[in-house]
Amino acid sequence: MKAVKIFVPRDSASLALGADEVAKCLLEKGRLRGLSIELIRNGSRGMFWLEPLVEVQTSKGRVAYGPVQVNDIDSLLDAGLLEGGEHKLGLGLTEQIPYLAKQERLTFARMGIIDPLSLSDYEAHSGWKGLRRALTLDGDSIVQEVVDSGLRGRGGAAFPAGIKWRTVKGAQAEQKYIVCNADEGDSGTFSDRMTMEGDPFMLIEGMIIAGIAVGAEKGYVYIRSEYPHAIEVMREAIQICLSQGFLGSSVCGSGKAFHLEIRKAAGAYVCGEETALLESIEGRRGIVRAKPPLPALEGLFGKPTVVNNVITLASVPLILNQGAAFYRDYGVGRSQGTLPFQLAGNVKHGGLVEKAFGITLNELLHDFGAGTRSGRPIKAVQVGGPLGAYVPQSQWNVPLDYESYTAIGAVLGHGGIVIHDETTNMAKLARYAMEFCALESCGKCTPCRIGSTRGVEAIDRITSNKDKQQQVYLLRDLCNTMKDASLCAMGGMTPYPVLSALNHYPEDFGIDV
Amino acid sequence: MPEHNSCQSVIQKFIDVNGAENGALLPLLHAIQDTFDYIPKSAVTLISKALSLSEAEVHGVITYYHYFRYEAPGRHIVQICRAESCQACGSDELLAVAQDILGCSSHQKSRSGLITLEPVDCLGLCASSPAIQVDNKLHARVSIETLKGVLVDLEASA
Repeated sequence: MKAVKIFVPRDSASLALGADEVAKCLLEKGRLRGLSIELIRNGSRGMFWLEPLVEVQTSKGRVAYGPVQVNDIDSLLDAGLLEGGEHKLGLGLTEQIPYLAKQERLTFARMGIIDPLSLSDYEAHSGWKGLRRALTLDGDSIVQEVVDSGLRGRGGAAFPAGIKWRTVKGAQAEQKYIVCNADEGDSGTFSDRMTMEGDPFMLIEGMIIAGIAVGAEKGYVYIRSEYPHAIEVMREAIQICLSQGFLGSSVCGSGKAFHLEIRKAAGAYVCGEETALLESIEGRRGIVRAKPPLPALEGLFGKPTVVNNVITLASVPLILNQGAAFYRDYGVGRSQGTLPFQLAGNVKHGGLVEKAFGITLNELLHDFGAGTRSGRPIKAVQVGGPLGAYVPQSQWNVPLDYESYTAIGAVLGHGGIVIHDETTNMAKLARYAMEFCALESCGKCTPCRIGSTRGVEAIDRITSNKDKQQQVYLLRDLCNTMKDASLCAMGGMTPYPVLSALNHYPEDFGIDV
Repeated sequence: MPEHNSCQSVIQKFIDVNGAENGALLPLLHAIQDTFDYIPKSAVTLISKALSLSEAEVHGVITYYHYFRYEAPGRHIVQICRAESCQACGSDELLAVAQDILGCSSHQKSRSGLITLEPVDCLGLCASSPAIQVDNKLHARVSIETLKGVLVDLEASA
């Protein structure tokens, strides 16, 4: 009897919900029943309310069940799990689950489908095609392809990736570097983590292409220490690539070298800022550098350096494989391609939704998210991480693209969307934003270092009714100073959540509307 | 000091494998903390000599990053995420319950000295908030009851 393939994710979030225990139990009970099971530990499909999501390969396709707990295994096997039998946890064919079917998965096309560390799976799902094409092109043509695709930095700054690459390509130096920013510290985001855990070769392929394009032979992936599983998978993936000739002194026998190293971060949020990150890799405190010089010209160890976020680099293999026009045709205006939106916080159907730019919060919150987990009305939605604005209901129809969000004083950031229900006190969240800034500020510039602490004090005085009017004035003035005079986004964007909370929810600050 | 010798051997082993080139400090500190669960104070002088850095630089780096610590933690470390996504799902209550059960405040050891309580900003499980991490094990969609059970089991097993 041919073994039936069963998929139980190894994504951290699935593990946190009992996936290891489910996998172990499934194997044990299957063995006792004399069933022949081939267990595959895939990445997550990104429907986290259904995790652990167990899938079975059937003649009709993959059939899903979830969320599965250990005490469901007996009844699942009784129901004919291996044939995709009916069960109360049954979800039908995975591909047809509306949450997935409605998405436009480009970067996340393989996510949850393949075994993350199987090179043959990766190859069978278009892996290395981008790199193989890149190896037939010269550096300028690769850079042009990325420029033409319209790809912008997915870490949050949204700087055109191709332009950055062109600068590095044009710089004259013996040594250049590709640095991947995997210091995904924003609350509400996990797309980098999913990529590293669920499709690591895609990121490696993107970095190799970047290296070949700009003439860099060395890359670093700077991964936050809170992601031990991602670090482990990436380390293993690098070893596999080395042994198979995708990394090393001659990439795919091309004679072009690319070496890749993992650097583990140490829990400083500000190291997600590119210059602080470079300082950290160099072995120093993660203090922000003044720009210029741009890292593209004087970056890591003073050499020309591409610093890109995980999703930016991971989008490159597809762009090289399918061509710039294919990618550019998704999205709106100057926001081209897709963004993996991440639905988090108090949401019923939390998970990863990759869609072209231009979708609205209303669609994400209701059609995908299905409202709050608590069942209460949504009060506020923070878009773009802890430095992003709280977006009130009146703006939920604004298209999610870089320009439209800038126009309403908000940001898309890294695509994190954190949902809060009506029990949330927005003054408390505004205070937290200032407190977080005080805790994480690198201390180099005064508006951020001092302003954040003064901000906490001002909010405390407002909420305890001490000189309220004057303190509101002071808080706004302070926020303007932080916005205009901070060296980086840490101090420069902390005012976004603070002022949006104050402007849209004044009643929570005890201010009469 | 027994730590002194073993610390020296961790440093030497690291440098034998990785060299002492630019940028070695963070990986070396990780290697030391992976071994001891903290950075022994005596390591500062040894590291500064090994990497040709000043002691102030080494001390500065250790104290800058939240992850590194000079003090030995309890036998178990309980991290409770307190970032926005988890706050939206009741992490403040979880932290309060943990402080109450353990009899300590954040960044401290429990009454028994066996558990260190660490609030953390984001474990990356935000679609399944609230999240905690107990040593190397992650837990998501954590209820107050689950947390209580975890803490009581830890205190009993430690």
